[in-house]
Amino acid sequence: MRQDARARIILKQTWGSYHLLRLESAEIAREAAPGQFLMIRVSETPYPLLRRPVSLHDRDGSELEIFFQVAGRGTALLAQKKEGETLDILGPLGKGFDLKAARRSKSAVLVGGGRGIAPLYFLGRELKAKGAKVAVLYGGKTAADLPVRKKFEEAGLNIVCSTDDGSFGFHGFVTGLLEAEIRQVKPDHIFVCGPDPMMEKTATIALAHKIPTQISLEAIMGCGFGACWGCVMRIRKGDGGTWRKICEDGPVFAAEDIIWEKPA
Amino acid sequence: MTPDLSVDLGFLKLRNPVLTASGTFGYGLEFAPFLDLAKLGGIVVKGLYFGPREGNPPPRLVETTGGLINAIGLQGVGVKKFAEETLPELRKIDTAVLVNVCGASDDEYISVIEFLDRHKGIAAYELNISCPNVKKDGACPALSADATYALVKSAKSASRRPIIAKLSPNVTDIVAIARAAEDAGADGISLINTLLAMAVDVETRRPKLANVMGGLSGPAIKPIALRMTYQVASAVKIPVIGMGGIMTGMDALEYLVVGAKAVQVGTANFIDPAAAGRVVDEIAAYCETRDIAKVADVVGTLIR
Repeated sequence: MRQDARARIILKQTWGSYHLLRLESAEIAREAAPGQFLMIRVSETPYPLLRRPVSLHDRDGSELEIFFQVAGRGTALLAQKKEGETLDILGPLGKGFDLKAARRSKSAVLVGGGRGIAPLYFLGRELKAKGAKVAVLYGGKTAADLPVRKKFEEAGLNIVCSTDDGSFGFHGFVTGLLEAEIRQVKPDHIFVCGPDPMMEKTATIALAHKIPTQISLEAIMGCGFGACWGCVMRIRKGDGGTWRKICEDGPVFAAEDIIWEKPA
Repeated sequence: MTPDLSVDLGFLKLRNPVLTASGTFGYGLEFAPFLDLAKLGGIVVKGLYFGPREGNPPPRLVETTGGLINAIGLQGVGVKKFAEETLPELRKIDTAVLVNVCGASDDEYISVIEFLDRHKGIAAYELNISCPNVKKDGACPALSADATYALVKSAKSASRRPIIAKLSPNVTDIVAIARAAEDAGADGISLINTLLAMAVDVETRRPKLANVMGGLSGPAIKPIALRMTYQVASAVKIPVIGMGGIMTGMDALEYLVVGAKAVQVGTANFIDPAAAGRVVDEIAAYCETRDIAKVADVVGTLIR
């Protein structure tokens, strides 16, 4: 965990509201693991004031990739950054996915919804390198919400897509794909990142089938490294559950430990 | 010549005037990867109740123009875990450690002080009588001169360490509250805590914080905090520690000029975890380029 005030953008790709940036940041890249994230300064001015949390999408030597969707003013500013510019980043932050659980010859299903696909590319490559059998399920509202699907294919990862409107792949939610997948072959492990309702539904399915499942949560964060206590979720840890920090105790939690509460 | 950055609060000598504000610096160690903690004048750790505390439901944070509204609700580990796990680590760091003391009742403040009094490595207590996020509509002792007087008085008589009263800006007459704290025997005053604030999502017509209201911090509040620091420093004899929206050394120096003997860096720590150290460097650079031998000579030099 460190600060790199001058991480250079060496590649940028854009698909509508989705963006991918490849950054040169040797020390952060060396420490990075799937499921971890960066806090990125998006403005030199006091508005927006806070950094934005962004998932690590990949790591290759001294390079990192982030993949994000414009969701508000902060990410809109981040999307304006160009190749050759530098970013002030903190990272790698948080506890990533627990890979000990997925060893050689084990099978893993990775379920990503929209921008939630971001950490699953890094994860999928690592799991494959460890010899696990990996299937990726990638869901979006429409075909335009699946911009990085070819990247998974190029990395030799088996990927199946779904769209809510049927414009590409399976017509329906990605959780429908998951249910079909489980009916065929019950995986040893499920990894999930996406919108809250999709993750909650995935958790319900996975728990019903007693499949160990890790879920990567998204949150508005003040600092990203455990100091502000702003990004909490009710999480069990051998107790009845209390507000735990998504940035530091997570962002990845076991499905059975997350208590999904409706916002007030 | 390297300027002398030390300041003397009377009850405590600091290496430099830069402390970190409670609630924005965790328990200190969270920042060790980013910053040499021994570079700071001191650390004010996150507010401690006697026992662990759950805090408020999320969403707890909302960003506004130049600021941040929080309604954390003082979630924390409690004094025992702090004393057993964190304090031994903080003792290894050569900087002043101040503990922000909370209580749901006057008795709880005293229990926290009596417990911590038995542990080494704490330079002073900052009495948190001003958190806006723990009672309905931001109620807290610092809204009343009488409640402030009573609580500071009992804390003073219980404590073997200096007591700094942290004041709320959500009052009509900040000087009256500051005088009550001074009359009750406070060794120092720190101000300001956050400003009671809110934000609304117009699409859903819901408040953006689950707690409805929260405390505004960040650059947006600096002019108000500076004005209150000026008013209080002009009115009391005990040392004043100013805070509110300090992002740079120049911001910190404004507080010194209006009479604060030290400052606390708060929200800036979230954005730049090395911010407090940078503020120290920027104060040193200011003194050096203007041939100011001692930063203490800047305190209270406002010309009007």
